[in-house]
Amino acid sequence: MTSPWFSLALGLYLVAAGGFTVFIIRQHPWVFRYSYWILVAGFVFHTVFLGHGYYRLGTAPVLDLRSALSFFAWCLAGVYLVAQVRFKLRVLGSFVAPLAAFLMSISSAVPLAADTVKPLFKSIWLTVHVGTVFTGDALLCIAFLAGVMYLIQEGQIKKKRLGSMYSRLPSLATLDSINYHAIIYGFPFLTVGMISGSIYAQVALGHYWQWDPKEVWSLISWLFYAALLHQRLAVGWQGKNAAVLSIVCFGTLIFTFVGVSLFMEGYHSFSSMGAR
Amino acid sequence: MHHIIVIGMNHKTAPVELRERLGADADNPRKALAWMRNLEVIREGFFLSTCNRVEALVVTDEIDAARGSVVSLMARLGRVRTDDLMPCLYVFEQMNAVRHIFKVASSLDSMVVGEPQILGQIKDAYGLATREKTSGVILNRLMHRAFHVAKRVRSETEICGSAVSISYAAVELARKIFHLLEGKKVLLLGAGEMAELAARHLLSHGVSSLMVANRTFERAVEVAGRFQATPVSFDEIGSILTHVDIVITSTASPNYVITRDEVKHCLRKRRNRPLFFIDIAVPRDVEPRVNDLGNVYLYDIDDLKGVVALNLAQRKEEAVKAGRIVEQEVGKFEKWLKTLAVVPTIVSLREKAESIIQAEYAKSRSALEPLSAAQHEAVETLIRSIVDKVLNDPIVFLKERSARPTVNTYLDLTKRLFQLNGVASEGEEKAGRGK
Repeated sequence: MTSPWFSLALGLYLVAAGGFTVFIIRQHPWVFRYSYWILVAGFVFHTVFLGHGYYRLGTAPVLDLRSALSFFAWCLAGVYLVAQVRFKLRVLGSFVAPLAAFLMSISSAVPLAADTVKPLFKSIWLTVHVGTVFTGDALLCIAFLAGVMYLIQEGQIKKKRLGSMYSRLPSLATLDSINYHAIIYGFPFLTVGMISGSIYAQVALGHYWQWDPKEVWSLISWLFYAALLHQRLAVGWQGKNAAVLSIVCFGTLIFTFVGVSLFMEGYHSFSSMGAR
Repeated sequence: MHHIIVIGMNHKTAPVELRERLGADADNPRKALAWMRNLEVIREGFFLSTCNRVEALVVTDEIDAARGSVVSLMARLGRVRTDDLMPCLYVFEQMNAVRHIFKVASSLDSMVVGEPQILGQIKDAYGLATREKTSGVILNRLMHRAFHVAKRVRSETEICGSAVSISYAAVELARKIFHLLEGKKVLLLGAGEMAELAARHLLSHGVSSLMVANRTFERAVEVAGRFQATPVSFDEIGSILTHVDIVITSTASPNYVITRDEVKHCLRKRRNRPLFFIDIAVPRDVEPRVNDLGNVYLYDIDDLKGVVALNLAQRKEEAVKAGRIVEQEVGKFEKWLKTLAVVPTIVSLREKAESIIQAEYAKSRSALEPLSAAQHEAVETLIRSIVDKVLNDPIVFLKERSARPTVNTYLDLTKRLFQLNGVASEGEEKAGRGK
């Protein structure tokens, strides 16, 4: 049975997503305020749901696609809420909230998996590994969204067609700076996530690295992001090139997260996690 | 019965020479109000004079007499013949006058729709009317409602949203690219009114340094002097391009002054920091292909005109929304105005007394049951005569003053004292807005 906490969180995320969509069209500050607090409420219920899951399973509830998507939506909402307090970028919510609601909707459509957990997964390392990786993913997702917004805004200014999004989106400098900071913070999380995963593998399986498809693809996306950071910091890339590359990088990350888990065999695939 | 009349002229009805004549003397509004105060037919008066419009708003009992005296007052102020003045004037009466004032206050009647100055000018003119003691109950209420309408229009529509002048459009674009202009450097190439205006706007938005270049260095020094800027020679431009963020060009050169290769060359050294060219010159100074380079943005005069046209069109759309707000508020004002007349006030005062008698009599009915029909009649007569006596003096008082300018104050007061209809609803409205 679907947990009531989960349903509550899903419902509130959907309402918040609707509110944020209305906000970007109508631009009324009060619409933002309501949507923001609805999102906060959804996040709180979601946290309760995850806490309950942790208590029930004895480990982080991330071991099947359903839980993983929900956990990612939680990270995304959390990272946005922190960023909102810090940077006050209201329009970002209009991109993040619908995405979080979308992830939750997919999650709710995936059938519930078995409740039993292999003893292998009852380790603090799993929580550290998945927590840091997903926080990094969420930050890099924000970078991706800022990159998309940058390309929309840049296209309008370059082509001199100042459409309806022109006044609604922030300035190019702001979007570039979000993109930059999200990567600067996201990359270390991704790195720590991979290192902790490697240690976890050593503790649990006896190998730091065994060419599992997920490991290989994480390394590939990590290298992509390292290249992006290098271009930004050493070569001085900014603006369009950096935005495009951050979108490409996020593509590899998404493939690592979803594609590899679903379509490739390995100890990271959800099918192998469920098997007893 | 009181009438509200607006007599005035604006940029559409009167040529600038005529508006100038009426607006020439800064003391004119005060003079006009002083004259109005001395006129028997005018109860309340308001006079607004800006470079685009002259408006006289009066409250009167005799429309025709008031209209005539206001027109001759304006003719005297501008020292023009009444016959020359008449064709340029418009006259609005009652709700049309209210609607007109609401529209003027919310900048729907302005030359540049949505420009914000007019509200301040109206507030000043109203302040003068209160100091000159020509404003009364109706005018006070009308002006406060006008300010309220203007506020609603501004917050509920985007009529004041975006730039409608070329130099402001350039500043707005710069802010969409750089976000903050603090610490940004500007190069002004050539001179000219529009370019210098754009430079001035940028400086007032926080741009930290301005350099001025010109074919002749003396001219550069001269223009730089006006802005406290640094003059630079034309040959340095290549190296300066690596440092500046915004370039405004406005030279008379027949060829491109800045070419794509020149800009491309400096990009590497700039480490891809964005560069914004505002090309106001005709023929153009910056090679159009510069816009194809990454992180470089080029807007020429036609592009900027396009932005302005788009913004103006947007304002017109918003003006329709604003019109609906004005209509709502005109309706509310009309309702209030109707409650002001003397007779309806007396009627509602009597009605209120009657309803109290009925209610109280009904309460005591059981105690009065044993009385005979004749006694019943006597009790009723007694109650009615007491109430009539109590109400008699206020009613006589109101009737006596119905022809005086102060009557509205007393009517308003009466309604408040006795909580008659209309006053209560105003209180509710205020409470509702407070939420």
